[in-house]
Amino acid sequence: MSAGGAATSGGGALLDRTRGVAFGLAAGLVAFDLMVLGYGASPAFMARLLFEGTWGTSYGVGQVLFKATPLVVVAVAVDCALRTRLFNVGAEGQLAVASLVAGVVGARLGAAPAIVGVPLTVTAAAAAGGLWAAGPALMRVRLKAHEVITTILMNKLADGVVGFALASGAAMEGTVRTASIGRGARIPRLDALGMPFFQGSAVSLAVLVGALLLGAIPFVYRRTAWGREVVLVGQNERACAREGVPVGARMIQSFVASGAVVGLASGATVLGYKGYFEEGLGAGVGFAGLGVALLGRGSAVGIGLAALLFATLQQGGLAINAHVPKEAMDVLQAVIIVAVALGDGRLRTLLASRAEVPS
Amino acid sequence: MSIVSSLLSVTLVAQTLRMAVPYAAAATGGVLSERSGVVNIALEGTMLVGAFGAVTTHVVTGSPWIGLAGGAGAGAAFALLHALVVVYGRVSGIVSGIALNLLAAAGTRFLLRAIYGSSSNSPTVVGFRLPALEGAGGGARLLRVVADPTTLAVVVFAVLAALVVAKTAFGLRLRAAGEAPEVARSSGVHVERTRTAAVVLGGVACAIGGAALAFDQHQFQAGMTGGRGFIALAAVVLSGWRVKRAAGFCLVFALLDAVQIVLQNETRLPVQALSSLPYVATLLTLLVLLRRGGSGMSAPRGLDRHAD
Repeated sequence: MSAGGAATSGGGALLDRTRGVAFGLAAGLVAFDLMVLGYGASPAFMARLLFEGTWGTSYGVGQVLFKATPLVVVAVAVDCALRTRLFNVGAEGQLAVASLVAGVVGARLGAAPAIVGVPLTVTAAAAAGGLWAAGPALMRVRLKAHEVITTILMNKLADGVVGFALASGAAMEGTVRTASIGRGARIPRLDALGMPFFQGSAVSLAVLVGALLLGAIPFVYRRTAWGREVVLVGQNERACAREGVPVGARMIQSFVASGAVVGLASGATVLGYKGYFEEGLGAGVGFAGLGVALLGRGSAVGIGLAALLFATLQQGGLAINAHVPKEAMDVLQAVIIVAVALGDGRLRTLLASRAEVPS
Repeated sequence: MSIVSSLLSVTLVAQTLRMAVPYAAAATGGVLSERSGVVNIALEGTMLVGAFGAVTTHVVTGSPWIGLAGGAGAGAAFALLHALVVVYGRVSGIVSGIALNLLAAAGTRFLLRAIYGSSSNSPTVVGFRLPALEGAGGGARLLRVVADPTTLAVVVFAVLAALVVAKTAFGLRLRAAGEAPEVARSSGVHVERTRTAAVVLGGVACAIGGAALAFDQHQFQAGMTGGRGFIALAAVVLSGWRVKRAAGFCLVFALLDAVQIVLQNETRLPVQALSSLPYVATLLTLLVLLRRGGSGMSAPRGLDRHAD
């Protein structure tokens, strides 16, 4: 199939991506209508509620940005590992461990000024996330243990470790939450910084961290030697090895960096929102962020838009929950991931093989 | 003293077997799918869908047998979706698996609320009752587990799967599709159809495991598979993609699970550390086996590769 070869060039890739997005949105719309109709509600009315609860009010916009922040951070992290073709399915566990560390360290840094407290806390969280990713990274490169298996196991282990730490001293007596972190370790909400537009919504200055990470994507992978090598390793491992690029080291580094960046997401949840860590805080963000990374396909704009879409669905779910279960929005996220992957230049294969055309 | 007697009791054997059933079912499904070349991390979601299908059909018809069939059907349909997306749609098996696990978790929660108006659990079902084997003793428990139709179904399915893969023409095509899809295709094997059949059969296996779990709890609970599909997947890898060995690893996990429950009840060891035991053991086993050169742990060479 000569068309398949042409599709990998620049123009074809854009066409593929456009088709993927169109297919994803169409499938999402159909699934939405089916679920809403199946529930006996009106799709038009639900769509209006969904819009009004998200982009229709300044509070809704703030909430969408608030929910998009950790998704962007995790997606940038997952994307980093994907550059060397590694699937960081362990974001969920890395975030849990990092958030625990953020809560514990933040509580100890109560008196420090914010210029010291926030960076120290976030650095500690990133270190924890990176450390939690290091085991699977080493096992992948040194022993060829598939990272999907090991990170899934590490996710379950993280649940145990976090629970154990909370039960044995990290939490306040009789609770499953850490002590409140000090003022010096808090990331302020935007409405507290003289932005009345966001009044009442939980969006914090951490949204800037997400924006900066997105902005760093083209710079890191196009302009820095490390980033370019990471990309090349993902594109052609063998050629890199021949050219003297340390393939194993770059893979390990991209994976550990991925875990560390996942840890930064605790800035949005622990430092910018709750002000402490409690069991289950941020649960689900790891997997949703993974989905955002898959939709974003290595582009900063793509990741940003996909995160806004997922955040809109999550916040919109709350707006329609009185009429249609908010779980419908989680179903939509899964449908969109599959549909975009299918539509992205691959659908013709489905049609071709049905017609028994030899390829 | 009481710990020792609890650990050496017939009850522990019964517990181990009971908990091994869902693991072994999903691992069988995983071997079928992956030996044909289709990566399947959707085992977890398929189990969940199977459990939901089984309970719902059981509630509607009042029959655990029809429930079991309904669960198997739901699991087969869900696995068919994975096969279509991966085999014909050419989407990465990992991407599809991640999405389908999300879909199963969210979809069953949605249906739970839509059908039963609850965000946590379904109404209770009876499941399979074995009145002749009532009794609280360890022996009676063991008999109930062994004679349970879901247990028998899983054992029969696993044995048949091992036989089919090793001895039949279909099994040969399945292995060929998984080892060398290009060669298989050029010698006339319809790789796509073979893979689809293998994944769907695997889906039935997972679903029976899900049904066993749900009937054992006498209801469906949101997220009730709790990572069992992932443990089963680890067993598949550790076994070197072989049914019997995978079932053996599942028994070991189940034993660890049973032991940690005894330790939870009878010692003051922290619950969270104990419940992590199976996962730590899996990671360590993986580490040790791979350090020894990973003998017998090579993946099918055509895994995650298409025929062209």
